[in-house]
Amino acid sequence: MNILNLLNAMPGAVAQGLIWGITAIGIYLTFRILDIADLTVDGSLCTGGAVCIMMMLSGHNVLVSMLAATLAGMVTGLVTGLFHTFMGIPAILSGILTQLALYSVNLKIMGKANQAINVDKYDLLVSLRYIKNVVFYKNPIFVVAICIVLLVLILYWFFGTELGCALRATGCNGNMARAQGINTNFSKVLGLMLSNGLVGLSGALLSQYQGFADINMGRGAIVIGLAAVIIGEAIFGRIFRNFGLKLIGVALGSILYYIVLQTVIWLGVDTDLLKLFSAVVVAIFLAIPYWKGKYFAKPVVKKGGSTNA
Amino acid sequence: MLEIKNVTKIFNPGTVNEKLALDNFSLTLEDGDFVTVIGGNGAGKSTMMNAIAGVWPVDAGKIIIDGVDVTKLPEHKRAKYLGRVFQDPMTGTAATMGIEENLALAKRRGHGRTLRAGISRKEREEYRELLKILDLGLEDRLTSKVGLLSGGQRQALTLLMATLQKPKLLLLDEHTAALDPKTAAKVLETTEFIVQRDQLTTLMITHNMRDAIAHGNRLIMLNEGRIILDIRGEEKKKLTVEDLLHKFEAASGEEFASDKAILG
Repeated sequence: MNILNLLNAMPGAVAQGLIWGITAIGIYLTFRILDIADLTVDGSLCTGGAVCIMMMLSGHNVLVSMLAATLAGMVTGLVTGLFHTFMGIPAILSGILTQLALYSVNLKIMGKANQAINVDKYDLLVSLRYIKNVVFYKNPIFVVAICIVLLVLILYWFFGTELGCALRATGCNGNMARAQGINTNFSKVLGLMLSNGLVGLSGALLSQYQGFADINMGRGAIVIGLAAVIIGEAIFGRIFRNFGLKLIGVALGSILYYIVLQTVIWLGVDTDLLKLFSAVVVAIFLAIPYWKGKYFAKPVVKKGGSTNA
Repeated sequence: MLEIKNVTKIFNPGTVNEKLALDNFSLTLEDGDFVTVIGGNGAGKSTMMNAIAGVWPVDAGKIIIDGVDVTKLPEHKRAKYLGRVFQDPMTGTAATMGIEENLALAKRRGHGRTLRAGISRKEREEYRELLKILDLGLEDRLTSKVGLLSGGQRQALTLLMATLQKPKLLLLDEHTAALDPKTAAKVLETTEFIVQRDQLTTLMITHNMRDAIAHGNRLIMLNEGRIILDIRGEEKKKLTVEDLLHKFEAASGEEFASDKAILG
C-alpha cells in the first residue's frame, strides 16, 4: 500500500479518464439531450478501435484512421436510429440489437478477437508509453485534452444552430417539436449518429493508448459513460451552467471515475468485482433524483393556507 | 381555408375497445372564420384537432388546408400551415429551453433547419416587443427556462409561438381548461386580440359554453363523432346557454352531461 504506487498510476488514470470522457460526452448527448439510453455504445466503442487499428496496420495515416473510426461509429448510430424510427423498435432494444450485431461485425473487422499495434513501428497519436518522460505535446493527457476542448467547441456551436436547437427540442418535448415542424425522427437519428461518432473516436484513441483493439473493450461502456455523466453533474452541476462547461464537467467526471477506480485497485480490492461496484454506484446515483421526488418532495399546496386554496 | 371531407377515424379497430371517434365527418371553414367547438367527453373534439394536425393517419376521407391536400403528410410537415395550442400547458413548450429559444424554434416553423444560428440578436429585440403584448413581464426574462413559468404563462407563450409565423389555421384545443378562471380569462383575451389582429382562421375547442358563445362567428357542437349543431352569424349572437342545452337535447336525444360546461 505504498502511496507512491498510487501517485505513479495517476497520470495513466487521468489519460484513460480523458479518453473515456469523449465516450461520456457522446453518452451525455443521447442520455441527457435526446432522453434516450443508447446501448449501441458498448459495441461502437470497439468498432471505432477496430477500424482505427486495422486501418493503421494496413498503412493508413493515424488521423485518417481516426476519422474512419469516427465515421464507422456514426454508421452504428445510424443503424440504431433506423431500428428505432423507421422500424419502430423501442430505443433501448434498438441499441441492444445493434450492439449484438456489432460483436460479429467487430470480429470480422479485426479478423480475430484481439489486434495489437506496436508503438515503435507505427506513429500513434496517443500511447501509454508516452505518459512519462516525453515532451509535453506528445503526452496523451495533453493531446486528448486538446481533442476534448475542440470537440466541446464544435458541439457548443452545433447545439446553438437551428439544427442543434431542433435536436434539443426533440429530446425535451417531442409533441412540441413536431408542432413546430421539426422532424423528430430525423433529429433522433442525427443525435444517435453524433453520439456514436464520438464514441467511435474515443474507441480509436483508447485502442491506440492501450496498444490493441479487443472485442471486449466496449463491455460496460454505457455504465462507465453514465457514471462519468452523473459524477460530472453531481460535482460540477451547480457551477457549470453553460452547455459547453457542462460537457467539460462530464469529461472531468470521467477523470474522477478513473481516479477512484485506480484508488480502489490500489486499496487491493479484488478487480473481478470492479464492474459490480460500477453498476451499483451508477444504479444508486440514478435512483437519487427519483427518491428525492418520491420521499422528500415538498407538497405543492401547503396545508391550511387560505392563500394557496 | 380548411376542408375536412368525410373523415372517419376508428380507434382500436377489431377489439372490445373499438371506438368510432370521427364518423364520416365533414367541416368547411372560410378564410377568417373563428369557430368555437363544444361537445361532451368523447364527442370527437380533440380527435378532430389531431386529425387536422396529423398526429396519426385517418382511416378514410380527406383534409385540405388552403387548397393543399395534407391527408398523407406527417405531423411535422403539416406544422407549416398550423399553429397549435394544447390543453396541457406542458405540451406546447420545451421546458429545458429558454423563452427566446422556444420563440426562435417557432419562428422557424415551416422553414428548413440549417446550421445557421438558432437565434439572432435582431430576433431577440423582436421577441421582447412581442412578449410585451402578453403583459406578463416575460419580456425581461428572455433567457429564463420555460420550465420555471406558470401554466398560464406557458399557455400565453405557446399562443405567441403558434401565431409567430402567421398560420393558415390556428388550432386551440381547450387551451384554457387547465388554468384558473382569472388566468383563463386573460389567455382568452390575448387569444381574441391576436386572432383579430392577424385575422386568423381559428378552431377553438372549449368546455365552457359561455366562452363558446362569446367568441367567434360560428359555433359547432359535436356528439359521437359528428356535428350535431352548426350555428353562425346573427343566430349565434343571440344564443344563450339555455338555448344550447335545449338544442343539444333536441339534436342528440339525451341530456348534456357535463356540469363543467354549463357552470364554468
